[in-house]
Amino acid sequence: MNANEKADTNAHWPAIRFTVNGESRTVNVPPMKRLLDVLREDLHLTGTKEGCGEGECGSCSVRMNDELVNSCLVPVLQAEGAEIQTVEGLALEGELDPLQEAFLQNGGAQCGICTPGMLMAAAQLLAHRPHPSETEIREGLAGNLCRCTGFTRIVASVAAAARSTESNPAMEPELEQTHHAR
Amino acid sequence: MRGNAEMHELVAPGSLGAVLDLLAAEPGQWTPIAGGTELMVAFSAGRLNAHKLVNLWGIPDLRTIEVTPHSVAMGAAATFLDLRRHTVINAEFPLLARAASWIGSVANQSRATLGGNLANGSPAADSSPALLAYDAEIEMISVRGRHKVPYSEFHSGYKQNVLAADELLYAIHLPRRFARHRQYLRKVGTRRAMAIAKVALGATALLEQGVIREIRLGAASLAPYPMRLKQTETALLGQALTRETVLAARRALIAEVQPIDDIRSTAEYRRRVAVNLLEEFLLELRREGSRL
Repeated sequence: MNANEKADTNAHWPAIRFTVNGESRTVNVPPMKRLLDVLREDLHLTGTKEGCGEGECGSCSVRMNDELVNSCLVPVLQAEGAEIQTVEGLALEGELDPLQEAFLQNGGAQCGICTPGMLMAAAQLLAHRPHPSETEIREGLAGNLCRCTGFTRIVASVAAAARSTESNPAMEPELEQTHHAR
Repeated sequence: MRGNAEMHELVAPGSLGAVLDLLAAEPGQWTPIAGGTELMVAFSAGRLNAHKLVNLWGIPDLRTIEVTPHSVAMGAAATFLDLRRHTVINAEFPLLARAASWIGSVANQSRATLGGNLANGSPAADSSPALLAYDAEIEMISVRGRHKVPYSEFHSGYKQNVLAADELLYAIHLPRRFARHRQYLRKVGTRRAMAIAKVALGATALLEQGVIREIRLGAASLAPYPMRLKQTETALLGQALTRETVLAARRALIAEVQPIDDIRSTAEYRRRVAVNLLEEFLLELRREGSRL
């Protein structure tokens, strides 16, 4: 087994394989085990936090096959073959991602519990809308609760990160802004 | 008490056919799981009663959205983001696209499926008023074959439906005939994101020479299950949109709905808001006509 094939060797359970932050991983765990718990307990990636455990707070947000998901609601069997990105996958060789830098510069993190989820929701948004409007930022982060900052600085951080990146001008079509009543 | 993953079996037969074989071999024993936004919440809280689960996530046949000249067929495991991103759904079924945007947050919409919303059968289901207003049909599948029922006949009681023990939801069909209709959907909840509806009303109507030729009204949180307001529709069909008609429709709605007091709201509040939503739609219809 090489460094890229770190595995929990409980042979009692079938092997489930997926990629986390570019590394192949294999785990032998109960198929109903939550992806959140597999990341934290089996792969020791404790950057992903548990908040509510019911998909309401977004603390456990990760990106799976280029979609944002609450890892507390994903049975790990459904991650078979998936490409997963966690907050540990944002910084490259010790260099912070522009989003992380922007959160630092703009006071986007306070107690820190919501921050990994906020970063992943923001990363998902910017991957598809490199220059989002404030409304789009607020919708992209609507499932992520923060109990300290009042959100203003978080939204400002994401906007700053978007400004700081030289991005691909190809924009995806905007999803109709339909959150407003009516 | 936390859920224990070792206490639940979860299998992934892979293909739709293999899932149906399993359901046929042991009818009623297996609980299908797609995006998990309902069942995994119960699991985390240690109150998931299902001990044998069969995976539907990742089965392509269940996630396709097929457009034909007369209808759009949405696979039961299409996610709400799939619906929001679909050009034809946005253009011709804007109420459904809007309802999809109300489902939790982006991280819920990426996983929650249309079929899951219906199979779960919450009286407050976000997609239901739009589907009722669009006269959706539900297609079910088993090893015995496929068949359809109108969505308005799918729910049969609180969290109960007409699916047989060996059946799966297969597709939800929308007829492409609402381009000329005035369309309306409004949800009244606590806040924009993540909130469950206190009450919601969806509607489509066709007005010709000042007379209501067609009308469909779908309501959430006004009965034990999402409900088409057929008596209210009857009070309006063939009528000119006068003050008397509006008042008669308000009375029909009050007589027809069965709201309850619960943690989110009261029956009285729901009744009052529901008649006001209906009136708002009817006044809009009278003022602007249907999109002729």
